[in-house]
Amino acid sequence: MTDEIMGDPGPSGRFGQYGGRFVPESLVPACMELEEAFRAAWTDKAFRAELDEILQRYGGRPTPVAECVRLSEELGVRVLLKREDLAHTGSHKINNVIGQGLLARRMGKHRLIAETGAGQHGVATATAAALFGMECVVYMGEVDTHRQELNVFRMELLGAEVRPVSSGSRTLKDAVNEALREWVATVDTTHYCLGSVMGPHPYPWMVREFQRVIGDEARPQCREMLDGADPDVVVACAGGGSNAAGIFAGFADSTDSALVAVEAAGGASMTTGMPGVLHGMRSALMQNEEGQILEAESISAGLDYPGIGPEHAYLGELGRARYVSAGDTEVLEAFQRLARTEGIIPALESAHAIAWVIAAAGTGELPVGSTVLVNLSGRGDKDVAQVRDILKGGA
Amino acid sequence: MSADAPIAPTAPTMPASSTADQGHPGALETALRGRRDAGHKLLIPYVTGGMDDQWLLTVEALAGAGADAIEVGIPFSDPMIDGPVIQDASLRALERGTTPQGILADLSRIDVGVPLVVMTYYNLIERAGHTRIAGAMAECGVAGAIIPDLPLEELGPWAEAADHAGVATVLLVAPSTPEERIRAICARSRGFVYAVGRMGVTGEQATLAASARQVAGRVIGATDLPVCVGIGVSDPEQAVEVCGVADGVVVGSALVRRLLEGGGPDGAAAFVSSLRHALDAL
Repeated sequence: MTDEIMGDPGPSGRFGQYGGRFVPESLVPACMELEEAFRAAWTDKAFRAELDEILQRYGGRPTPVAECVRLSEELGVRVLLKREDLAHTGSHKINNVIGQGLLARRMGKHRLIAETGAGQHGVATATAAALFGMECVVYMGEVDTHRQELNVFRMELLGAEVRPVSSGSRTLKDAVNEALREWVATVDTTHYCLGSVMGPHPYPWMVREFQRVIGDEARPQCREMLDGADPDVVVACAGGGSNAAGIFAGFADSTDSALVAVEAAGGASMTTGMPGVLHGMRSALMQNEEGQILEAESISAGLDYPGIGPEHAYLGELGRARYVSAGDTEVLEAFQRLARTEGIIPALESAHAIAWVIAAAGTGELPVGSTVLVNLSGRGDKDVAQVRDILKGGA
Repeated sequence: MSADAPIAPTAPTMPASSTADQGHPGALETALRGRRDAGHKLLIPYVTGGMDDQWLLTVEALAGAGADAIEVGIPFSDPMIDGPVIQDASLRALERGTTPQGILADLSRIDVGVPLVVMTYYNLIERAGHTRIAGAMAECGVAGAIIPDLPLEELGPWAEAADHAGVATVLLVAPSTPEERIRAICARSRGFVYAVGRMGVTGEQATLAASARQVAGRVIGATDLPVCVGIGVSDPEQAVEVCGVADGVVVGSALVRRLLEGGGPDGAAAFVSSLRHALDAL
C-alpha cells in the first residue's frame, strides 16, 4: 500500500484495516483475474484513450461545474454543483459501467450482471450492455422494483432482464447477495459489474478509479471559477460511496478542501456502525452485537445500504473525510428547494448532500462566505412519482 | 465508529502450513482418517442450528443413523454461498432468536460420539473475537469449523486462534481453483478438505455436476487428508457416484429441505440412513 491517500491499495486490497477479499473460494480466482486485467488495462494508454473517447462522445463528459446563484444568496454560502446529473443516463454511474464494460470485453466476457438500488446503476449497466452488445441481468430488491417502477421499465427497454429479489430486506443489500450468488454460478462467461466502491478487492479500488474522473475534472474547473483556489468543502452523498469516492479522489491528496460524505440517517454505517465483514469486504457495517447485519431504511433506494465502501471507513478513521447523515424530512425539503431555486431536480440520493449544505449553512458550520462544491450525482426524474406520492399523501 | 470492536490486525500474506500440529492431528482428522482407512466412505450431514425446536434431537438422530461427523450451521443474516433452502432455514433460526453462543451452549449438552463441525460466516466470528469464539467452540466439544467467506489470504488471525484452541479449520477447494492454489489450501486445511462440487450456491440438483468428480480427483491427488465433496450432492445415487473418487460427502440442502417440510429428527435419520446404506454397499 502506498502512502498516498486514495492511491493503489496493493495486492491485498487493504485500506488500513479495511477492504480485503472475503469471498468464497469459488470466486477468488475470478477476483484475482479481474485485478490482473484491471491493472493491465489501467496502465494501457489505448484502453484509457478508448474509455475517454466513449465518456466524451457517448457519456457527455466533461460535465460542468455550475454556480448556484439563488441558493447561494439565500444561504450566504457559495454553492457550486458538479453536474453529474447531466451525464448520459442521468447519473455518475455511467463512468463506472463504461469502464467495466470495456474491461469485460477485454476479458472475453459477454454477459454483465449487476445489483441496483435506486435503479441508476442498473440502468447504466443495461446501457453499457446495449452499447457493447452484451447480455445483461440486473438484480433489484422487490421493494425497490416498486418504488422505482420506471427504472425497471427503462432497463427492460434497454434489453436487460430485471430479476426482483425477495430475500431478506428486499433492498440493495439483498440484491448484492443475489448478484454474488449468480456470479458464483456463471463466472466463466459473466462479469459482475458492481456499482459502487464496495465488495471484494479489486472492486473498491477499481470503481473509485473509474469514478475519479469526477474529481479530476472538478478540481481545475473550480480553480478556474475561484481564481485558483479550491473549495473550502467538497460534499457528496454516500450509500456504497462511489460518487463521493470519485469526487474526493480529485481533492483528497492534492488540496486542503474539507471532505464531507452524507449518508442516509437510516443507513448511517459510519456513525452507527462497527467494523465487520460483508459482501467480500471489511468495512463499517450496521450490525447487532452478534454480528447479524441490520436492515437500512431510507426514502432513497440508492442509499438504503447498511455498509459503505472500505476506503471511506479508512478515510473516516484517518480524519481526512467526515461522515454525517441527513434524515428523510430534510432531504425532501432540499429536493424541493433546489428545484425551486435553481431549476434542478436532484436525485433523492444527491438531495442528501444538498440537505447537509442547507443545515450546515444554518448552523454556521459552513461560515458565511465559504465555498462548497456539491457532487450532484444524479437527476431526480426517477424520484418524481415517489415524491409526489409522499407530498400529496398517496396518488 | 466504536473503538472497542474486536478487530485483529490481518496479515495479507499467505499463511504457511503449521508444522506444530502436523504431529498432532485433531479429533476431526483422527476420526475421519480412522473411518476412511478402515474402508468406509465418509458421510457428513448438515443441519442449520436453531432452525426448529427439535434441531438438537436431529443432530443426535443423525449420529444414530450413521453420520461420521455432523456439520451444524450457525445462521447469518446474509448467507452469500447458500441457496434458497438454507437461506430459509437460517431466517427461521434467526427469527427464533438463535445466537452463536446459544448454539454452542446447546451443543455442549449433547454427546453424539462423532465430531461436530460448525459452519458459519466470518462476520460472526470476527464480532465475537477470534480467540474467544475458538475457545468457546473447543469447550463446547466442537472439533472443526468451516467459514466459506474466509479464503486462504484472509485466514491468518482466525487460523492461529483456531489452531491454538484445537479447532480444525476446514478449507474449501472449488472447481475454479488452480493446481498450485489447491496444494496451498490442502497444506493449510485441517480435519478434512471440503471440495466444492459445483460452481454455485448450496442447493439440490437433479444430477451430479461433472465438476464434482473432477474436483474430487484433483484434491485427492494433492493431499493425504480425507476429501469430502459438498454443494450439489442431493441423494444416495449422487453420493455413490461422487464417492467413486472422493472419500466422502457433505449433504446439506437435501436434508434441510426435509426438515423444513416437517420431516423432523425421524425423517432426517431415515434420509441419512439411506445415504449410509448406499455408501456402505460401495
